Amino acid sequence: MSSVNLFNFTTIAYFSAMILFVGYLVTRKEGVSLVANIATWIGFVLHTGGIGLRWYESYQMLGADGRAPLSNLYESVVFFAWTIVLIYILIDLKYKQRAVGAFVVPFAFLGMTWAQLNLDDAIDPLVPALQSNWLTYHVITCFLGYACFAVACGVSIMYLIKSGKEQNNAESTPAGGVMSLFPSIKVLDDINYKAIMIGFPLLSLGIITGAAWANYAWGTYWSWDPKETWSLIVWFVYAAFLHARFTRGWVGRKAAWLSVFGFAATIFCYLGVNLVLSGLHSYGGG
Amino acid sequence: MNAKKSSFFDHVWDFFCSLKLAISTLILLALTSIIGTVIQQNANPQDYVREYGETAYRIFSALNFLDMYHSWWFLTLLTLFAVNLICCSIKRLPRILKLVNQPNLDPDERFYKTLANGGELTVGLAPEEVRDRLAEFLGQKFSRPRVAEGEGVIQLFAQKMPWARFSVYVTHLSILVIFLGAILGTVWGYKAYVNIPEGSSTDKVWPRGSDTPIDLGFEVRCDRFEVQFYPGGMRPKEFVSDLVVLENGKEVVKKTIEVNDPLTYKGITFYQSSYGPMGDPQFHFKVRERATGKTVTVVAHKGQPVKLPGGQAFRVADFTEHFQTFGSAARIEMLPDLTGKNPAGRSRKSFVVLQKFPEFDAQRGGEYIFSLLDYKQRYYTGLQVAKDPGVWVVWLGCFFLVAGTFSAFFLSHRRLWVTVRAEGGKTHVRYGANAHRNQAAFAIWFEDFARDFEESLKK
Repeated sequence: MSSVNLFNFTTIAYFSAMILFVGYLVTRKEGVSLVANIATWIGFVLHTGGIGLRWYESYQMLGADGRAPLSNLYESVVFFAWTIVLIYILIDLKYKQRAVGAFVVPFAFLGMTWAQLNLDDAIDPLVPALQSNWLTYHVITCFLGYACFAVACGVSIMYLIKSGKEQNNAESTPAGGVMSLFPSIKVLDDINYKAIMIGFPLLSLGIITGAAWANYAWGTYWSWDPKETWSLIVWFVYAAFLHARFTRGWVGRKAAWLSVFGFAATIFCYLGVNLVLSGLHSYGGG
Repeated sequence: MNAKKSSFFDHVWDFFCSLKLAISTLILLALTSIIGTVIQQNANPQDYVREYGETAYRIFSALNFLDMYHSWWFLTLLTLFAVNLICCSIKRLPRILKLVNQPNLDPDERFYKTLANGGELTVGLAPEEVRDRLAEFLGQKFSRPRVAEGEGVIQLFAQKMPWARFSVYVTHLSILVIFLGAILGTVWGYKAYVNIPEGSSTDKVWPRGSDTPIDLGFEVRCDRFEVQFYPGGMRPKEFVSDLVVLENGKEVVKKTIEVNDPLTYKGITFYQSSYGPMGDPQFHFKVRERATGKTVTVVAHKGQPVKLPGGQAFRVADFTEHFQTFGSAARIEMLPDLTGKNPAGRSRKSFVVLQKFPEFDAQRGGEYIFSLLDYKQRYYTGLQVAKDPGVWVVWLGCFFLVAGTFSAFFLSHRRLWVTVRAEGGKTHVRYGANAHRNQAAFAIWFEDFARDFEESLKK
């Protein structure tokens, strides 16, 4: 059994979970949502095992040059998917709102599918610049932050769908049908806020660990490199979001839209900068 | 006239304090920052003209888009951001200070109605007994209360983490501290680079984008540079330089630096950043004369002729570290000479010597048998040199930023009031509490707390 095999099974588990979550929205049977959650948990366990195994494999292949599996695009996408599911599981344990799974697990499934179909899964040794413990701190904090924003984006989409429906009917009664399974818009708004509240300090920590690393490796903690600048842009957007909570005009739909834009900026910061722009973060020359 | 003036001042003040300004500035900063990631910064004018055309280049240049993070308008936005932070803190801080330092110690019925959590009960104990029991209970389960008595009423007030109210100011202040650190670094620090050939030293470094060197005030010598590759390819594993700091010719510090492990001396840090070859490599050969069995060791430089015993000569025509899968290899040419054995005009004999296989050349059947003992390529080490006296201020600011945001979001100031009053031979207890953050969780906690609270008065 190799890590790549485990990741294949992980993807299958997330795919099943995603279908089951949609099935839950259609059938509205609690049992389906339970099975969907079990599939998510199974996927998460396999996923965790796969990351651990890949870590072990790097030592088998590279000897003393083995390293945490966080260094190339493939590994980072796999890790990103893992953090998204982790945050979903935490939110589920607290709020027990299964419908959220239908809007969050697909992000993890897409990530895993992309990694497996299109990305290079070779285990290469690290170039000198990446040989640092700061790499681990930086990647973990950034991706936990990104994952919170992914969850916030998922619930914001739910919010926009549900509140849109409720705005349209004249009596502004709670939406029925599939929407009745959605958490109330108040809860969705709350999860959106809470997820960003947790993600924001983590993103700050991610930017700071990156700056500390850059300072240690090159002597400049900030050089307006496109990746750095985009991380700051994301930080500005969510800082604006958090401040917007204090004014009456910026709650509800506006906040949900800001959260969706924030996540779009996050994704661009994570992938767009690497794929479209050039800079220091090229995933080891990849 | 005076009133009008002050109201104008008030308007300006309110503008700089406002949350709307904060949100607008943040979004403007986010949007404008994008420009610098799309248009390459600080490139050559020719590059811009080639990519965007003459007119676009002129427009970009006029708008400071080519070095936008240092442009007047971006710095103005940052300044506006800082002024906004300072003003809103000044405006709100006194209110919070008052709230924390002068809590309401005499709550009335109307005040209790404003609290989200609370209750009341009547017990058969004397008011003093109630006071003592509650003081003990609160001290154990919440925090030690302040007690005020007067006019037949006993008031208790207890609070937890009042300082959590300040975490948002810590966060705001931290950004100003980071700005301050950045300014200190810009004014009193520099970023420079220097290339030092192995064996030589320098006391000057060159700042980026300037021809005037900076004097270090001491000397740095590079004793050795080495680059290591991962097996089976040209993927670098490590660049290492042995650096020595000299003051007045005396060695003061020695350190082997590599990427991610710099040397710092007197606030100036030397980072391993690049390297390059210095001149041609030096080769050591063992050469055996087949006829006599006489063996000599010779030193050769690429392209330069070397005389051998017996009068003939050779030179190293070419060298590679990776000759297919055989490792390092040198191509040797025998040169025409005056002994007549290898006269001028005859084609030069050339052959390859492999370092890994020292006996291989014997099979060639030549007059001389060559073995490549080793080769030495001299390098220069490329160092980034940075002096940043503000960097500790920046880290301090970062620490406050993280501590401030975590505590602003996850810690809450919780307060509890109790009013104890004698009422017809019995004692009436009214209590209420609130939290400044995460009310939902506080309400759940309060349910349990209230039960224990009332229990403590019933035994």
